[in-house]
Amino acid sequence: MMDSIEPKTLQPEGAAPLEKADPAIYPPDEAVAAPTEIFEEPLVTTQEEERISIASNWTLVWWRFRKNVLAVISTVILLFLAIVVFIPDFFATMDPEETNARLAFIPVQRIHWLDEGQLKPWVPSVVGKRDPVTLAMKWTTDEAQKTYIRFFGTSWSYSVLGIFDSNIHLVSAAKADQADDDLAAQIFLLGTDRLGRDQWSRLAFATQISMTIGMISVIVSVVLGLLLGGISGYFGGWIDNIIQRLIELLQSLPTIPIWLALTAALPRTWSPEKVFFAITIILALRGWTTLGREVRGRFLSLREEDFVLAAELGGASQARIIVKHMIPTFTSHIIATSTLAIPVMIVTETSLSFLGLGMRPPAISWGVMLQEAQNIQTLALAPWLLTPGLIVIVAVLAFNLVGDGLRDAADPYSH
Amino acid sequence: MLRYILQRLILIPILLIIFSIMVFALVQAPPGDFLTSYIATLASTGSSLNQETIAMLEHQFGLDQPVHIQYLRWMQNLLRGDLGLSLEYQLPNAELINDRLGLTLILALFAFVFTWVMAIPIGIYSATHRNTILDYLVTVVNYTGVAIPNFMLALILMWFAYSQFGLSVTGLFSRDFEQAPWSIAKGIDLLKHIWLPMIVIGLAGTARLTRVMRANLLDELNKPYIVSGRARGLSEWQLVMKYPVRLAINPLVSTIGWYLPELFSGSLIVATVMNLQNIGPLLLRSLINQDMYLAGAILMIYCFLAIIGTLISDILLAWLDPRIRMEKA
Amino acid sequence: MVTQIHPLIKPANDLTREPLLRVEDLKAYFFMDEGIVRAVDGVSFDVMPGKVVGIVGESGCGKSVTMKAILQILEAGAKIVNGKVTLRSRIHHGDPNSAEELIELTHLHPNSRQMRRIRGAEIALIPQEPMAAFSPVHTVGNQIMETILLHQDVSKKEARQIAIDVFRAVGISMPEQRIDSYSWQLSGGLRQRAIIAMALSCNPRLLIADEPTTAIDVTTQAQILKLLRKLQEERQTSIIFITHDLGVIAQMADEVVVMYLGMVMEKGSAMKIFKDAQHPYTQALLRSIPSVQSHPRVKLPTIAGSIAHPFNRPKGCPFHPRCTHFMRGVCDASQPHLVEVDEDHFVSCFLYSEADGTKKMTKTGAALAKEESL
Repeated sequence: MMDSIEPKTLQPEGAAPLEKADPAIYPPDEAVAAPTEIFEEPLVTTQEEERISIASNWTLVWWRFRKNVLAVISTVILLFLAIVVFIPDFFATMDPEETNARLAFIPVQRIHWLDEGQLKPWVPSVVGKRDPVTLAMKWTTDEAQKTYIRFFGTSWSYSVLGIFDSNIHLVSAAKADQADDDLAAQIFLLGTDRLGRDQWSRLAFATQISMTIGMISVIVSVVLGLLLGGISGYFGGWIDNIIQRLIELLQSLPTIPIWLALTAALPRTWSPEKVFFAITIILALRGWTTLGREVRGRFLSLREEDFVLAAELGGASQARIIVKHMIPTFTSHIIATSTLAIPVMIVTETSLSFLGLGMRPPAISWGVMLQEAQNIQTLALAPWLLTPGLIVIVAVLAFNLVGDGLRDAADPYSH
Repeated sequence: MLRYILQRLILIPILLIIFSIMVFALVQAPPGDFLTSYIATLASTGSSLNQETIAMLEHQFGLDQPVHIQYLRWMQNLLRGDLGLSLEYQLPNAELINDRLGLTLILALFAFVFTWVMAIPIGIYSATHRNTILDYLVTVVNYTGVAIPNFMLALILMWFAYSQFGLSVTGLFSRDFEQAPWSIAKGIDLLKHIWLPMIVIGLAGTARLTRVMRANLLDELNKPYIVSGRARGLSEWQLVMKYPVRLAINPLVSTIGWYLPELFSGSLIVATVMNLQNIGPLLLRSLINQDMYLAGAILMIYCFLAIIGTLISDILLAWLDPRIRMEKA
Repeated sequence: MVTQIHPLIKPANDLTREPLLRVEDLKAYFFMDEGIVRAVDGVSFDVMPGKVVGIVGESGCGKSVTMKAILQILEAGAKIVNGKVTLRSRIHHGDPNSAEELIELTHLHPNSRQMRRIRGAEIALIPQEPMAAFSPVHTVGNQIMETILLHQDVSKKEARQIAIDVFRAVGISMPEQRIDSYSWQLSGGLRQRAIIAMALSCNPRLLIADEPTTAIDVTTQAQILKLLRKLQEERQTSIIFITHDLGVIAQMADEVVVMYLGMVMEKGSAMKIFKDAQHPYTQALLRSIPSVQSHPRVKLPTIAGSIAHPFNRPKGCPFHPRCTHFMRGVCDASQPHLVEVDEDHFVSCFLYSEADGTKKMTKTGAALAKEESL
């Protein structure tokens, strides 16, 4: 009855509503109680109705989407991660591959923003002491010794999207240009791992790999799903039959064991790039089936619609009918479904790599980083090794929230 | 109904044949085989095998035959119930798997029961008490539950238990019982240990199931038969439990089939982290060491479970929903 | 909670002048995030025993909400905010010889046992879509027997027999077999009969039929209407018949209530409404029915504009933006009240009433002109 109406800032009388407004969608500051008399006035002006009636479908989707605060926050998080994907060097503080056994398991250095009342960010320096009994290094942070940090300093040069070169980095130690070995010239914002590699810098590059694998395998899935699902639903007959059986076959495979076997079958000699593409294809091989089914269903029902018949009678070609008339009716749905598929891919890649069967060192992905956290004694000593896992959770949450938000917004009857 | 089941039953051997070809191709795929890596290992330690021994071993494992002959021999043995010999352990695969299959099934079953016992009531509560504080709480827990990969959850819980209480919560048995034969005491010991892996494996599924149950039920609660039922004088409880819950569970039942095999697979990764003695770690090890017949046998078991799962859910759905039952009869 | 005014035990002939159901100034609002929708805004009418009251109006005018409010089965978010619904209920529900009591339904909690016992046993609903009103995974018989077992003290076997008997009564052939079918196995006409059987299964004295013939074809519709009329006469059941189809009202109703945007525009006996409609809205509705006398290829008159959006309800008389007799400064200033223009004939329009709610003594030129033209 009222799906196309933008919510008003008006709310029902304080005590009356049985259903409370969803705080996620209607922030509390909008929930102002209004006196009954106001309802004598027209709540929706004619201009407002006009605005809604001429708005394109995408505008409507956006209007509904932006009301979902959690989805909007998640979008911001994803945009930030996207920036990391494109320029991980900008975030890195040092070479992610650089090992230094002497610097193993350095704990997280917390950033202090103020120094003697002034805005001058610093981190406490770390001091290493060898345990006389176990001979293991024990690190302590020394609040008295400050390593100042600077933002947007210059260091090694890197390429931005292959367009131009830059040597600006988000954070670095203020004395980074000085002697390399000096601990005071290095910062370890997320500590170091077993080999003394900087977690923070590694995380930036891992984000690049893991996110890209998720995205690319979903893109491949979408292309396959649209193509095969579309063919299946549009042409029907024996083609449909074959594709349907194929989908059923793939869906009844035990996913994780088969994935394991597939990735285990990848030759050890392959370069990380090759492994990367092989994994995206492996993930997409099953990923397309869900979307393929959905697209087929849509095509089947759309084929019966009057507007398709009208286009056919109007002499439009099949290709034109599919591209211009049929696909636009469920584009938003495809986008939502794909968004929800990305986290599945990310988690799978992370799990495979964690087991040592996905991406392999020297490639860095979230799963590869988490391999370092397999041992529980190590973990107790260096809990910061779990940070890649936290990023995985945040990314998956964000994708799910955005995907759900999109799906709800794309459905005109969801309200 | 009977014809429908028969139709599905005929599909099983066809699927098994297709899967066996895929599985065989997969375990065959890596360049080299166990023997080559075995020889390489020996070579690296300085010792070596003479050509004769190599040829003998090759012949013993059938590695000197063309691939399709190898496949046929493998299939033949499988049909006779012979799962082959593990190249690495030099033991019959059936023996290796047998020990662990029971634990795999028990663990999956526990996780499955946990999932349904938690998810259905929570889903019903959440849908019938929409937009209450508890409903929001459930939604938050659901989102997080889905977002945490189960091995991460295992790691976090293990780390927490270890660093806070110095407890090691790995394994399914106490040390005393690990090698002991089955007894009531061992069963009790298992129950003492199984709850944590059960939660870890079942949590994501619970979260997903709760969400689906809630959404399905909300859809059903808007249907005209609800108004009709209320107008007949049914109480809310009678009404909700008899009609919409039944209709909302129907589509979920159809997921039992793929969810059970998923639990077996899901426990695979967790088992590696938590050191659970089920077939997961065995598969992983066999894959890494190219112990191809062992890997093949385990993969076939997974495939078989998946097919049986699909069959079960098809039958359950048909049995529950007369629309399908009568249409396909 | 319950207001039992006093048990009435009177001879039957005396009771025919007492209303079975009295609805007074009923208001039911929807409280939504976007604001309040006043779906039912001050509706009053009586249902006399053994009579059929037709409620007519365009879609979205609050007909169905009124019915749900009477049964207290409003959706979450909707609430009765004012008004009184009084039912002359039998003390032993379903027993035709039972003594009676007056129950104010609006004073009962919607989920209370007493309210639930009235639903189905005293007032039964024939819902709009018979297909969707049955659960697809339970047999029709299962759902009817459920109602019988709920309201009557009988065994399962007896309940089944009762269900078969009602099936026969509503003209379903082979009731013993049909009772075990699922709703989607029945044809549209049979489904409609089954839903009527379900409503009648506990001998209610009031049936609420919510557009019962909208979803079926014209021939079946005629059969169903005939059946309802026959059952009504046999059992002396009262019916509230909701429809947007004036043709159906003409066949069925003794009394007519015309609603627009949650308010009663005009009400009276069917004869008065069809022969002597006073409200411009009723007149417009009647003009837009095709009849045998209509000239071919001449456009039927329609009502200008469309029904207002529920949030955007016009001030004053809700119908004024579409009314051909709109009087600036009068109709858009305040709401008219129902006034009795003739015996048992009420109209809510400033053509007939003053702003203070009293009846206009002289008829306006427009009203007179309308009368002459009819």
